[in-house]
Amino acid sequence: MKGKPEKLIVKGKRLDGRKLDELRPVKIEIGVLKRADGSCYLEIGNNKVMAAVYGPREVHPRHVQEATRAIVRYRYNMASFSVEDRKRPGPDRRSIEISKVSRESFEPMVIKECFPKAAVDIFVEILQADAGTRTAGINAASLALADAGIPMRGLVSSCAAGKVDGQIILDPMKEEDNYGEADMPIAMVAPDNVTLLQMDGHFTKDEFKQAFELAKKGCAQIYEMQRQALIAKYGAEGKQ
Amino acid sequence: MSKDLAIPGDLLSDDVRLAGEGTYIEDEKVYASVCGVVDRGEKIRVAPLTGKYMPCSGDVVIGKIIDVRFSSWTVDINSPYEARLHISEYPKRINPGEANQHLGIGELIIAKVTGVDAAMRVDLTMRDGGKAIRSGRLIEISHTKIPRAIGRGGSMINLIKNETNCDIFVSQNGRIWINGREDMVTLAADALLKIEQEAHMFGLTDTIREFIENAKRDRK
Repeated sequence: MKGKPEKLIVKGKRLDGRKLDELRPVKIEIGVLKRADGSCYLEIGNNKVMAAVYGPREVHPRHVQEATRAIVRYRYNMASFSVEDRKRPGPDRRSIEISKVSRESFEPMVIKECFPKAAVDIFVEILQADAGTRTAGINAASLALADAGIPMRGLVSSCAAGKVDGQIILDPMKEEDNYGEADMPIAMVAPDNVTLLQMDGHFTKDEFKQAFELAKKGCAQIYEMQRQALIAKYGAEGKQ
Repeated sequence: MSKDLAIPGDLLSDDVRLAGEGTYIEDEKVYASVCGVVDRGEKIRVAPLTGKYMPCSGDVVIGKIIDVRFSSWTVDINSPYEARLHISEYPKRINPGEANQHLGIGELIIAKVTGVDAAMRVDLTMRDGGKAIRSGRLIEISHTKIPRAIGRGGSMINLIKNETNCDIFVSQNGRIWINGREDMVTLAADALLKIEQEAHMFGLTDTIREFIENAKRDRK
């Protein structure tokens, strides 16, 4: 890995040429896995993630099922080849935590009462990581859920804001995450249901507010792309 | 882009009395909860374009026996929930304990859903035109495409029936039973799978008519 660059922001542009409030390029494909009930492949910058949704289906083991509503399970997993140094496969502290917070970002939005005693299983595989994998995973999972026909109160969109060289930026990439001063991923359903808010590093109160507003704007942009992707997939079928 | 397509979270109406299937209510407003086509009839409903079959009272389904119990059968109905068929709902009188003499594991039946309770326990009956299927072929398509397979007023299904001389039974849960001459069954199955693939096309009935006629000509 390269050492810390002198400056992360040069003349108002970032290392990859983005403006401070610009997202990385996004690519979305819905319904890529035939055997899953819903699936989505998503790229944002150098992140590549695959989400698959199975369900509603029978719950195993039986004792975790709930009589009046569905349970939601979320597995976030990084492939061993997704990072520069091989990641030891299998769940670890970090991925268990991310699985938990990601699941919680969906739980209030999935209408669980529709499927008593059933489970909705979400699997997110990180194929290539470049900072912001949890947000990429949530964006992909949200579309996979819609593709599986699971009733939801809205599409969950997720995006991070950070701070590098004393400036607030949108959607940090690897270098900015590693050498920056703060990173704050959020997930939300428009217009103002925030379901995930994490923060790593230091913000002043004003910086926090500024970063939060910026991340919300990022989510709005992501939402528009998610919406277009769904219309591209289902628009033709909807015509009849 | 179709203006009638809704995705989860889309605002549909300010009148909560209109909320139908595929919607939810929040703050006195109706929103879409699934991806689908908006149908603004008496009630606003969103006809889903994906998702699993959810049993509904009155649906006629094709089920597969997956377990035989003392006085009932457990039936897979292509849904997240299993259904139950009690021996008293079998067309003939059966004594308790003799269920296995009439229907065994793996057998297919046509049955009607009589009830679904809050815990999603599903009850079936075969007394209402139900029967066991012991010949022919079964295919499965997405239950959301079933209305297309039937066509307006049954136009599509009648076309396939007439062209192939097959008996075809379309059930609500996405399973279709076809019975007839072997090569014609294959043709009917291909046509139905083509309908599933191209459910969004205009003039689908004509496409299918052409498809069947071409296939028949090639065979000669």
